Amino acid sequence: MAFTAFSSSKPKVGIKPGKTGKVVIVLLAPGLAYLGAFFLTPLISLIMVSLQAPDPLGGFGEYVPALQFSNYFVVISEYFPHMMRSFGYALAATILALVISYPLAYFIGVKARPYPLLQKLMLTLVIAPFFISFLLRTLAWKQIFSNESWIVTTLQQIGFLDSDQYVVGTPFMVIFGLTYNFIPFMTLPLYTSLERLDTRYLEAGSDLYASPSKVFRKVTIPLSMPGIISGTLLTFIPIAGDYINASGDFLGSSSTAMLGNVIEANYLQINDYPAASALSVLLMGAILVLVAGYVKKSGTEDLL
Amino acid sequence: MNQNLPEDPQLREMVKAALAHKVTRRAVLGGAVATSAAALLAACAPAENSALTPATDVSDSDPSLIWSNWSLYVDVDDDGNYPTLEKFKSETGIEVTYREDFDDNDSYYGKVKDQLALGQDIGADITCPTSWMAARWINQGFVQTFDDANLPNKKNLQPAYLGESYDPQRTKSLPYQGILAGFAFDKEAYKSATGKEAPAVLEDLWDPALKGRIGVLSEMRDTVGIVLMDQGVSIGDANSLTEDAFMNAIDIIGQKVSDGQIARIKGNSYKDDLVNGDTIVAIAWSGDIIQLNAEAGYDRFGFVLPESGGTISADCFVIPMGATHKKNAEKLMNFYYDPYNAAVLAAYVNYITPVVGAKEEAIKLDPALADNQLIFPSEEFLSLTQGFRALDGAEEQAFTKAFQKIKLGA
Repeated sequence: MAFTAFSSSKPKVGIKPGKTGKVVIVLLAPGLAYLGAFFLTPLISLIMVSLQAPDPLGGFGEYVPALQFSNYFVVISEYFPHMMRSFGYALAATILALVISYPLAYFIGVKARPYPLLQKLMLTLVIAPFFISFLLRTLAWKQIFSNESWIVTTLQQIGFLDSDQYVVGTPFMVIFGLTYNFIPFMTLPLYTSLERLDTRYLEAGSDLYASPSKVFRKVTIPLSMPGIISGTLLTFIPIAGDYINASGDFLGSSSTAMLGNVIEANYLQINDYPAASALSVLLMGAILVLVAGYVKKSGTEDLL
Repeated sequence: MNQNLPEDPQLREMVKAALAHKVTRRAVLGGAVATSAAALLAACAPAENSALTPATDVSDSDPSLIWSNWSLYVDVDDDGNYPTLEKFKSETGIEVTYREDFDDNDSYYGKVKDQLALGQDIGADITCPTSWMAARWINQGFVQTFDDANLPNKKNLQPAYLGESYDPQRTKSLPYQGILAGFAFDKEAYKSATGKEAPAVLEDLWDPALKGRIGVLSEMRDTVGIVLMDQGVSIGDANSLTEDAFMNAIDIIGQKVSDGQIARIKGNSYKDDLVNGDTIVAIAWSGDIIQLNAEAGYDRFGFVLPESGGTISADCFVIPMGATHKKNAEKLMNFYYDPYNAAVLAAYVNYITPVVGAKEEAIKLDPALADNQLIFPSEEFLSLTQGFRALDGAEEQAFTKAFQKIKLGA
């Protein structure tokens, strides 16, 4: 199971590398070749493009190979607010998804254990939104919260919103969309780790006079930590790079543009490929650093 | 080579390169894969400084054609069929695959640029970028020259479209429709919000009652053009439309976006926002509005030119270098340059037809149609419109960037 990748159990005794070296290399070769062709090559090409300079003789959107490291400083100073916004939204949506998913996963994985049929039904419901395209689901929310929808007009009538305030295009709407779209990625890993939760530990906790909340804090959470970590990573990383929800064509507006939107505009509209590539490299680097720090703090560093 | 190679030029080049290097299992295991991979990558890389050559035309053996176009831009009947394209098929036997995947000049260019620059198939044999974008393609040598022998109806082109600096004799680009940008508005919603019948000047769009209900086009030349004309700049004149004037207009739009007056900057998809009521007034293209009214079943939306004027441009047929059905594409252009067909098309799409004689045909179809200023504009009406001047590479980059930064809120 992929979601157990961050479990803290000690690895089994290793196989001696010397004996089986050749076989291992042959077995690994296809995978390594694949990574080399489809991950490393594009990555190197991306980094090379990010250092290009405008062609002095060329027209719109033409660049020549160079080593212009200043591209990175330019994009950081130009798009710093978008970077902060991306990580802010990603953090907010990840926390929201965790708060919503945990009780849900707990119910399915622990409380519903005596009723396998119910368990399966609920799991299906969690995945059910995936039967419809991501874009269609997001567009549906846009329709639901459109300016003339009954939800928005009702909110305006009860005074929750001013008459010139709307929902689509606000940070709330974007974070809502992100949370909604990525909840299953949080629920499923949480479920897999809670599903194996040994309830005898919980009984032992209360036998030792711990209050239910203390049992939850001292027993349930630590035991489900692998699920929490893989769940938060599986939501935070794609959310930080998401550009659909925050796009003006979907739930966002120009005041909610995230890094993904900036990269898209630079690639497709401004045709500033070096800037777009530099931003992509920065996004990758920032996520890598954040995730490495997070995993290290969570005590699973030996698996990285 | 006697194998059947794939039709797509890019795939074909890759397969050829692979065959030339004889990728066998033995060679792969022997490490030759690295050189083959290099050859494959080389086949995808741009050939430096070499003029592109047209792809082989397979029209004679393959009666098909792929046409990428803007949405709401060809006649559609109630069953979702395209009557003029069906007529074209019955006349010529050519089956047209019609795609509405052209939402915005910049983003379409961004999508197909690499294939264009290599002279490879972009997935369309013919497409209709706006004239300034067509000019860019022509200047970079991305498009094929028409064979006028297949285009006898080209003589019907309105002379006003000749003499453009990028293509004076229209040998590489042919106008499909002339486009007018102005204000589109939801009549009922506009009246109940502002108490007025119709917006007349740009200032009307900044009415506080319309906060968050204004949309503008992501087409820079139309949106910024209308703001510039409101400022008294003549946008066809390099002495009047300077970088300072442009940036001043950008500041105005940026201000309205950041204080929430303008809520949306969009390509063709702005129509969805008018339909669902999110947008009350939009800078929009005339023909779309008439079609939206037809869909709504009543005159829900109005279209006016601002008092300071609207922008005019043309979308032009071009055949990319990698297109493999050039002759079929020429037959299609020839078909739409027949005055009768042009009239049928104009009657449906409601844009300005570039075809001489279409007006006479339109009178036969429906006399009221011929009076429609949005399809057959009078001299007087046209004097209210201006076309955006040509930009050089550096200006275009700077202007585009400034405009895109508004969209990103920076």
